[in-house]
Order: sequence, then structure tokens, then C-alpha cells
Amino acid sequence: MTLPEDLKYAESHEWVRVEADVATIGISDHAQAELTDIVFVELPEIGKQFEAGDACAVVESVKTASDIYSPIGGEVIEVNEKLVDQPELVNQSAFTEGWFFKLKITGFSAPDSLMTAEQYGEHIS
Amino acid sequence: MNQRTSLHSLHLEAGAQMVEFGGWDMPVFYTGIIDEHRSVREKAGIFDISHMGVFRIYGSGASKFLNFSLTNDLAGLIPGQAQYTIACLPAGGVVDDLYLYRLDQEDFMLVVNASRKERDLQWLLQCLKEHGFEQSVTIEDRSDEEGAVAIQGPCSRQILAECLKFSKSEMDLKSKMTSMTKNHLARFKFEGESVWICCTGYTGEDGFEIVASRELLPRLWKGILSTGEAFGISPIGLGARDTLRMEMGYPLYGHELNESLTPLDAGLGWVVAFSKEDFIGKSKLKAQKNEGLKQRAIAFKLLGKSAPPREGYSLLQPREGGDSETTGMVTSGTMSPSLGIGIGLGRVDPRSSTIGNRIEVAIRNRTVLAEVVRRPIYRKP
Repeated sequence: MTLPEDLKYAESHEWVRVEADVATIGISDHAQAELTDIVFVELPEIGKQFEAGDACAVVESVKTASDIYSPIGGEVIEVNEKLVDQPELVNQSAFTEGWFFKLKITGFSAPDSLMTAEQYGEHIS
Repeated sequence: MNQRTSLHSLHLEAGAQMVEFGGWDMPVFYTGIIDEHRSVREKAGIFDISHMGVFRIYGSGASKFLNFSLTNDLAGLIPGQAQYTIACLPAGGVVDDLYLYRLDQEDFMLVVNASRKERDLQWLLQCLKEHGFEQSVTIEDRSDEEGAVAIQGPCSRQILAECLKFSKSEMDLKSKMTSMTKNHLARFKFEGESVWICCTGYTGEDGFEIVASRELLPRLWKGILSTGEAFGISPIGLGARDTLRMEMGYPLYGHELNESLTPLDAGLGWVVAFSKEDFIGKSKLKAQKNEGLKQRAIAFKLLGKSAPPREGYSLLQPREGGDSETTGMVTSGTMSPSLGIGIGLGRVDPRSSTIGNRIEVAIRNRTVLAEVVRRPIYRKP
């Protein structure tokens, strides 16, 4: 799977797409493959504020629960309601249909620690 | 380094993700836990269970020794039959839960948990010595020579019968195999080599566990997979083994069982034969039975869509007009692939343990309603 070039990646395997002051967040294809069968996604509440690095969602596979960390700070303005009934969308299309939530960016843009597609590709190889 | 079964390289070839389990490097899944789980419920699956220990116990005092060392009663167990049983400490704690196979009048095979093998052997040898059975009983650890694979699922009987390639003159043998009932075992031949076929398992499905020499296991594994292909058989990892056993409400050592819990604590009173003569742990277990249990083992299922329960989560009892009170803890939990909801096993205050009682599971910062249910948690329609 090629890594979308327009995304930034966190070491903990989340991705973020920044469009104007809105950031869309999900987990990488590599992360979904490691987790396997995703059976539940606990999404944050709309209006909640996060700093970069805060635990903000939980993804549950058959075997384990894993925290998802926000790669960027902001206020939750939308969550992917489809994941409530179809958590498997994260397995099927981690970079598109399987997005988790959107933030209105309150601070600066993406932190320097985020990686480009190329850097993340090396990180998981 | 972790130990490897004789099927290890076949697991890697099949693309299995490996995990450490009881000191062994074992497949956790091949394609995915849910697919594998469904394969066993709907068709068939083959499991590498050769990490488990195999002991042979024989000699003129074998039955007497085993009836004294294990909690179940083997009085009614005839050669060719098997039973689930427990080894207890004198104080009642569970050393291990095991499967005892009676091969002959005074010849037994004991299949034990991988993680408990050394402890079991040491404990049984200690019992042998302390209770005067050294002259009349031999305990042999056969684990380096023998191991088992399991075939489970509705098609397993047909697959195994085909795989054993009975000739026209062996139709009586074939019908003996295909008509085997739960907890029976017999010797058969696979590629000219003797194997024990036991109608037992850990999934709640029809199926068999086949004990064979470690050298034979890879050929047996490949043989079953190739015969089973037409039936849709899949290799099954420990992940689905765990979800399958949880749906049945079966305990797993280290989760529902340990040395500080008795069989009664774990809801396994039916495996303790109080009616038989003295056995290790009897007086303590009897006392506990008379005094009543502080906690009871339960099975439960969540009543709504939620994250699944996990080991260690608190179980709460809602109180009318008040706050919920902690009543116990989850010992195993998962999302049931068959039911599509969270299920679990746990231990709670006896007052919370009645079937149909509503409890709550504390999942992170919220509580989710659950119902105490009868085992098995999942029953086929």
C-alpha cells in the first residue's frame, strides 16, 4: 500500500490531513493491519479540546484496546459516525472511509515531530 | 528463546502472526481472528495444540493414584473414555485443569496446559512420593515425543474420516471413527503410524484432538488441510481459540483459574467428586462448600453496542436509587464474533450471580449494562 503524500504521520501511527484550519485524523494502514479485525471505535465527543499527543479515541480489535493520540491540538468538530456501525471501515480503507474525527485547529499547524509519507514509510519498514 | 512446535515452519509459511504463549512461539492468527472463528463455527478448523504437555501415567496403582490426586471420579471411566478433571493443592487451589484419557485399565494419558507443564509434573511426582505410590505408578513426560492437533467444526468428522483413507476392508473401523461420541477415544492409523483420536475439544463444536508423534504431526497437519480444503477448512490461531472458548464459557488457566482459586470459586464444582473417597483438597473444598462462596464465577453478555469487556475491568451492581457498587471483576472478555456483542467471564459477589441479573461493566470512563447468562454464552441456532 502506498502512503498518501498529502498526509502527515505520527510515530504512534495516526495520520492527519490539514485543510485550512481543519485537521482530519485517522490511523495508518500499517496500524490497522497490525491491529487486525477492528470491532469497535470509541470516538471523542464533539466540542472536546485536545493538545497534540493527548489520548483522544480508542480502537478495539478482538484481542486488545489501543489508545489513539491526537497528532495535533484542537477542538473536535465532527466524528465519523459510520464507524459506530461499521468499525471494519478502518480495516478496509484506513486512509479514506475509515477516518476517525475532525479538529478545528486551535494552536499552530502540525507539530514538527510529524513525519512525511517518506519518513513514515521508513519508520514502519 | 521460545520453544517451537514441529509445525512452526508451516505456520510461518502460511503467513501466521506469531505470539509467545506459555513459553512457546505460537500462531495468534493466520488471516484474521473473526474469519477463523467463523470457519470453526460453520465449517472446520485445524489447531496446533502441540505446545500442550502429554504425560503417561501407568502401573498397578495408576487409577488409585489418579483418583486420589485429581478431583473428578474415574470410577465410571472405562478404557476408551476421557474426562475433564482438576489437580488441586491440599488447600484447594487449582494447580491445573487437565484432560484425562483412560487408554487401558491402568494406563492413562494426561494432557495439560503448556504454561503449567513443569508445575504439573513436579506436583504429580510430589504426590506420588508423599502418598506411597512410587512403587506402583510411573509418570512419564511424553511431551518431547508426542503432541496433538485439533480439528473442530461441523465438517471435522467427515474430513478426518476421509483423511484417514480407510480401505474397503476397514469400513467397520471407519464407522467406529465416524460414530465416536464426546469424551471417547480410540487408536487409528494415519499413514501407517498409530495415533490416538479423541472426541474432545475446546470450542463447543463437534471435533477431535489427535495425539501423535511429533515427527508425524506436520504430515497429519498437511493431510487434514488438503483433505479439508474442499470443505473450507482453515488453520486457526490462538486468537480464535480464545474467542471460541469464551463463547462456550470455558475457563482458561491464568484467567479463570490459579493456585489461589479453588474449583468451586471457578464454577467447576461439577468436576469435584465429593462422593468419592479421600482426594487431595477434599476437606478444604468441602468446608468451602459448607461455608459458602465469597464470589461466584459468572458468564455475561453486554446488552448494547459497546467496546468489549477486558480482563481486569470492574463489574458493578446497580442499586435502586443509589450508586452502583463494585461486585467483582472481569477475568476474560472479548467481542463475540458469533453474537457481535461484548461477552465475558468474571467473578462477582454471589448476590450478583443469578442468571438474568443486570450488572454493569466499567469500561474506561463509562459503565455499560450487561446480563448474567447461562453457559454457553453462544448457542447455535
